[in-house]
Amino acid sequence: MELTGAEIVARCLAEEGVEYVFGYPGGAVLEIYDAIFKQDKFKHVLVRHEQAAVHAADAYSRSSDRIGVALVTSGPGATNAITGIATAHLDSIPMIVISGQVATPAIGLDAFQEVDMVGITRPCVKHNFLVKDVSELADTFKKAFYIATTGRPGPVVIDIPKDVTQKKTEFNYPTSVNMRSYTPINKGHPGQIKKAVQLIAEAKRPLIYVGGGAILSDAHQQVAELVRTLDFPCTNTLMGLGAYPGDDPKFIGMLGMHGTYEANLAMQYCDVLIAIGARFDDRVVSQPAHFLSSPKRIIHIDVDPSSIAKRVKVDVPIVGNCRDVLDEMLALLRSTPERADPEAVKTWWKQIDEWRAPNSLKYEQGSDIIKPQFVVETLHRLTNGDAIITSDVGQHQMFAAQYYKFKRPRQWINSGGLGTMGVGLPYAMGAKLANPELDVVCITGEASIQMNIQELSTAKQYHTPVKIVNLNNGYLGMVRQWQEMFYENRYAESYMDALPDFVKLAEAYGHVGMRISKPSDVEGALREALAMKDRLVFMDFLIDPKTNVFPMVGNGKGLNQMDLPPHMQDVRQTGTLKERDYGNLS
Amino acid sequence: MRHILSILIENEAGALSRVAGLFSARAYNIESLSVAPTEDPTLSRMTIVTSGSDDIIEQITKQLNKLIEVVKVIDLHEAEHIERELMLIKVRATGKDREEMKRMADIFRGRIIDVTEKTYTIELTGPGAKLDAFIQAVDRSVILETVRTGASGIGRGERILKI
Repeated sequence: MELTGAEIVARCLAEEGVEYVFGYPGGAVLEIYDAIFKQDKFKHVLVRHEQAAVHAADAYSRSSDRIGVALVTSGPGATNAITGIATAHLDSIPMIVISGQVATPAIGLDAFQEVDMVGITRPCVKHNFLVKDVSELADTFKKAFYIATTGRPGPVVIDIPKDVTQKKTEFNYPTSVNMRSYTPINKGHPGQIKKAVQLIAEAKRPLIYVGGGAILSDAHQQVAELVRTLDFPCTNTLMGLGAYPGDDPKFIGMLGMHGTYEANLAMQYCDVLIAIGARFDDRVVSQPAHFLSSPKRIIHIDVDPSSIAKRVKVDVPIVGNCRDVLDEMLALLRSTPERADPEAVKTWWKQIDEWRAPNSLKYEQGSDIIKPQFVVETLHRLTNGDAIITSDVGQHQMFAAQYYKFKRPRQWINSGGLGTMGVGLPYAMGAKLANPELDVVCITGEASIQMNIQELSTAKQYHTPVKIVNLNNGYLGMVRQWQEMFYENRYAESYMDALPDFVKLAEAYGHVGMRISKPSDVEGALREALAMKDRLVFMDFLIDPKTNVFPMVGNGKGLNQMDLPPHMQDVRQTGTLKERDYGNLS
Repeated sequence: MRHILSILIENEAGALSRVAGLFSARAYNIESLSVAPTEDPTLSRMTIVTSGSDDIIEQITKQLNKLIEVVKVIDLHEAEHIERELMLIKVRATGKDREEMKRMADIFRGRIIDVTEKTYTIELTGPGAKLDAFIQAVDRSVILETVRTGASGIGRGERILKI
């Protein structure tokens, strides 16, 4: 039987097991919406702004083993989706974005609601397609899902002109994909894995550095086994949080610009580094030259060859899926008796414990004003560390990353690469729909939340009872912190003079609103909100506007040149290290 | 350092813009780019002349390989190879210059492929440096127009780029 292009779109999504499509209708996609109306295999979530549709689809992917799908119309619908697509792209999140396009005869004529979607998205997708003939539609969908989910994952855009959705053809969904130009490598090279195991045995000051790639490839069990087998310390990047349990003693905290003192110093002074699905980006190692001024040898496992030796030269590159490579590596370790000198590793652990002792995340919660760290810590305790946490971007994001000890992968949903403010609420909705049985909490700030606040309406319509923890300091907190530290307290445009009454706002949208201004009310409010299982609760915490995020590796500084919290002002950033053993100690 | 990259890429709409976009987005140099379908019409062969340190060339090669439509990439500079470029150059050919231009074309093994009372159009092939040398050798004031294809490159002997 012949189907229309629009019906084929719906059938392809059903064939791929799609559960939700997040979207917003418009002229160019009316046929597709009509086809969605007539089917019952998947549900549609009508957002209030296309950007939120893409973020929600992105979070659906991040928080589950399934893939998020967004659907937008041509022109402004398509351009509104761009920030969401770029956000997913920088964090390598698999996602399908379907955009409507003007009819093929009108393409290039500056038609109503026409933009060159394939052109605009080219630099921020893994791949994109313009489907010019209905006969190519099913094949294109099969390829799109395959490309999005394999190799280094990423978003794929399918741009479909309106006439293609109206034309008819036989529908056959392909069972397999064969592309001569796209053959992702999963298995690591055995010779390289062998070299890595030999290098591991020579380590005196080892470190395992785990990024988002370990989560994307579901390698968390292998990471845990590697840490257990070797007794090496482990640090996670912002995107890697949850890849190794945050409450385990072998976990030395997040590293990077706002990493712990011990993680950053271990990163600087290790002699053998095992990088797993991480990419040495500027927020992690800051300056490559300074990072490498303390001599070290590096094993780098990554599915994307271009991530290897992009910023930092490595000694043992291993291209492959983190899980497959670690499986091979663990098998080889089991049959290899040689291990790193346990005495040396013990001495290294002693050094790390010495760095750990002052607790670089320590803060004082007085009785007058709420500290943001205290809110996150209390939330962690009350949710038993089990909630899915989404965040926006800024100080609150860093506090969430530092103080919520993530136990498992796909529990921490944030925009690490692009740093997109406004993702938090749509992320929470997407994550809640993917995980209806779990508590989902959006930790945000009064500035970020306003970038997609309209989604409170969507959350009402689709009954996504997430909890919003608004750490309201009245400032663009991270901007304010930089202005304080690097611009002599000139707070240019980082203060918002007129904020809405968030309690009334939440209530206007049909939700529960709370305002909390006293430290003694924090726990009670969180308990009360978490107990309201079927309501969205917006908690507006009025917090200390002056709190800064520490430790901090300032722009252009090395990992051992951190700005430390007040109680560590006198701490030497080298501990008991000796210059001759460790290279640059400045 | 100058490198010549040879690329086999699916002959599809938009493939060229992905390659060009990659170079501009990542601030890589393109000295020249030439592309045309191969004997297999589903594949195009592209030659890109670029420059950069070894690290940059390595990244360029990796990033090109990452493009979904790119089938294969080789750096011709890694082994013996041949490079050729075609130039059409139109020159003023009057008076004493007329004989001089004919002689120059012969010296450089060029062919005059269009003649008018006042102009010659000369076809010249060779490595880019030879074409540069020709331009240097003739008086700049007689050059009316030049058009160059950019380099095409191929490995010597058994070194074959094929799928």
